Amino acid sequence: MSLWLTLAVNSIALGGLLFLLSSGFSLIFGLMRIPNLMHGSFFMLGAYFGVTLLARGVNFWLAALISAAAMAVIGGLIERFLLRRLAGEQLPQVLLTLGFAFIISDVCLMLWTGDPWQPATPAHLRGTVQVAGLYFPLFRLVIVVVAAVIAIALWLMVDWTRLGAMIRAGVDDAPIARVVGIKVSQLFTLVFALGAALAAFGGVMGAPFLSVYPGLDFEMLPLALIVVILGGTGSLLGALVGSFLIGFLYNFGQALFPDLAYVILFLPMLLILVLRPQGLFGRVVP
Amino acid sequence: MTSVSTRRVLIAFILVALVSLPLWVGNSYYINIASQILLWAILALALNVLVGYAGLTSLGHASLFAMAGYAAALSLAAGHNHLTACVTALVATVAMSKVFAVLALRATGIGFLMITLAIGQILWGIAYRWASLTNGDNGINVATRPAPFGISLSSAPAFYYATLITFLVAVVTMATFARSPLGVSLAGTRDQARRMTALGYNVWLIRYLAIVFSGFWSGVAGLLFLYYNQFISPQVGALTTSAEALLMVISGGSGTLLGPIVGAAIVVIMKNVVSAYIERWNLVLGVIFILIISFMPEGLVPGSVRLWRAASQSVRARLNGWVARPARERSP
Repeated sequence: MSLWLTLAVNSIALGGLLFLLSSGFSLIFGLMRIPNLMHGSFFMLGAYFGVTLLARGVNFWLAALISAAAMAVIGGLIERFLLRRLAGEQLPQVLLTLGFAFIISDVCLMLWTGDPWQPATPAHLRGTVQVAGLYFPLFRLVIVVVAAVIAIALWLMVDWTRLGAMIRAGVDDAPIARVVGIKVSQLFTLVFALGAALAAFGGVMGAPFLSVYPGLDFEMLPLALIVVILGGTGSLLGALVGSFLIGFLYNFGQALFPDLAYVILFLPMLLILVLRPQGLFGRVVP
Repeated sequence: MTSVSTRRVLIAFILVALVSLPLWVGNSYYINIASQILLWAILALALNVLVGYAGLTSLGHASLFAMAGYAAALSLAAGHNHLTACVTALVATVAMSKVFAVLALRATGIGFLMITLAIGQILWGIAYRWASLTNGDNGINVATRPAPFGISLSSAPAFYYATLITFLVAVVTMATFARSPLGVSLAGTRDQARRMTALGYNVWLIRYLAIVFSGFWSGVAGLLFLYYNQFISPQVGALTTSAEALLMVISGGSGTLLGPIVGAAIVVIMKNVVSAYIERWNLVLGVIFILIISFMPEGLVPGSVRLWRAASQSVRARLNGWVARPARERSP
């Protein structure tokens, strides 16, 4: 397989992972207006849970689901008992989530040491698939398919279900939504837990591909930020497009200009901020 | 009137204490810690211009701080003298803060914070990954400290005095800035941006100037940091450093002149003490953030001032309880 094709496949796979990370971030930040600086930490902690389970011989999908469920519980608890008390106060929320991010990164370093963990790709997901005469690594394709399924599921949930309508109502006008009988607080805990679970799921999916190491949290957080700045906060379509854009820029940038990979990531963000500050698919918030 | 003269006496006392510090401290380890406190206080004061007076929270200030250090270190490595290196570093940092300002001011509030965080992480990434320029994780060493006017700064007390002079200039500049028309209108844009616009103030320009001013002093602090350690590595520009600087501002009390200085002292002393016992500084940092948010959101200096006033007033009330006095209102 040629270099370009490998790069393209890797880019799409990274794009899929970034979508798992940033869709949750976009929901939490865009819909609930909570600047969740521990989102990268959810990704990393989820990945560490996943690799620990994998090392004990747990099935890959089961490990990913258990890790996502665990992170949903942790995220839900933090939202319910700490962030809830700071509703609407963004600076304290920033400091609280940042504080947790530091604690999680240090605890992970303590528990899982400084060495990177890279689980083997699960046996049934190894190998290649032949499409149109070209061979693709199966696992990369699986990541993309999973991301696509989750994207469609999220879109259906937010735009087409009663739950989604209640979430949107709670976001647009929480007091009125409460008056008509929507339990906004519970919904917000649910969204936060969902975002945390998606990040953890992404972390486990990414583990055989990116490996898990200290510092992964603060490497993923700015990527999620850039994706959301590019795509527009609160827009799932924006998160999807932004993820693949950043996936491509990151991989191609690193292959072609390894020294300047970060500058290349910076450029589209700069353009978007100057030309269209609400992001590609963001709506202008009055 | 008494409060003004008390204040003058207090300031004079602190000045004498600071100037004579190397004499009564003696041990160069503690003199170095004092230098660290002062240089971090400059960064905290610079960040306070944004957090306290402008109401704009930046989580990317460490990258400006580190950028000044890197620019000077690279310029020295290229064979320039210290003066050229420092000037280059400050020019580069001011230029970067202009870019910072233009981009981050596309949003306010939390959007501002997110953009500064993203830019900060990208600059950190450049320092870390662009190894052919920055030497990557190994960092850059600087062989000598400068010798302004022929006075070598290589000893701990000499460096302390250089830092102290810079610090005092920074404090006076910050105090002047806060009282200047620009500083007052900056506070106006923090409290009532729309009214300020309606009154004809250019809110964007005021904020832009504040960011550049803050960036300049972050650069000065970064230069001191470089010369203090004679070494710089990407870690200096990492999010942890930005968060530490923010902790200094907030723990001491943002929007005051004394707060960030006290905050810097607390964080530096605590970091040195904690590091002596355990290597889990990040954990401690995180716990402190959460504790401050939960129990003392206003910061230590305003909190203590409030408590002290309340206590002294109650004492005074008890002493003069039998004398009927009009209650003195104090603005919070």
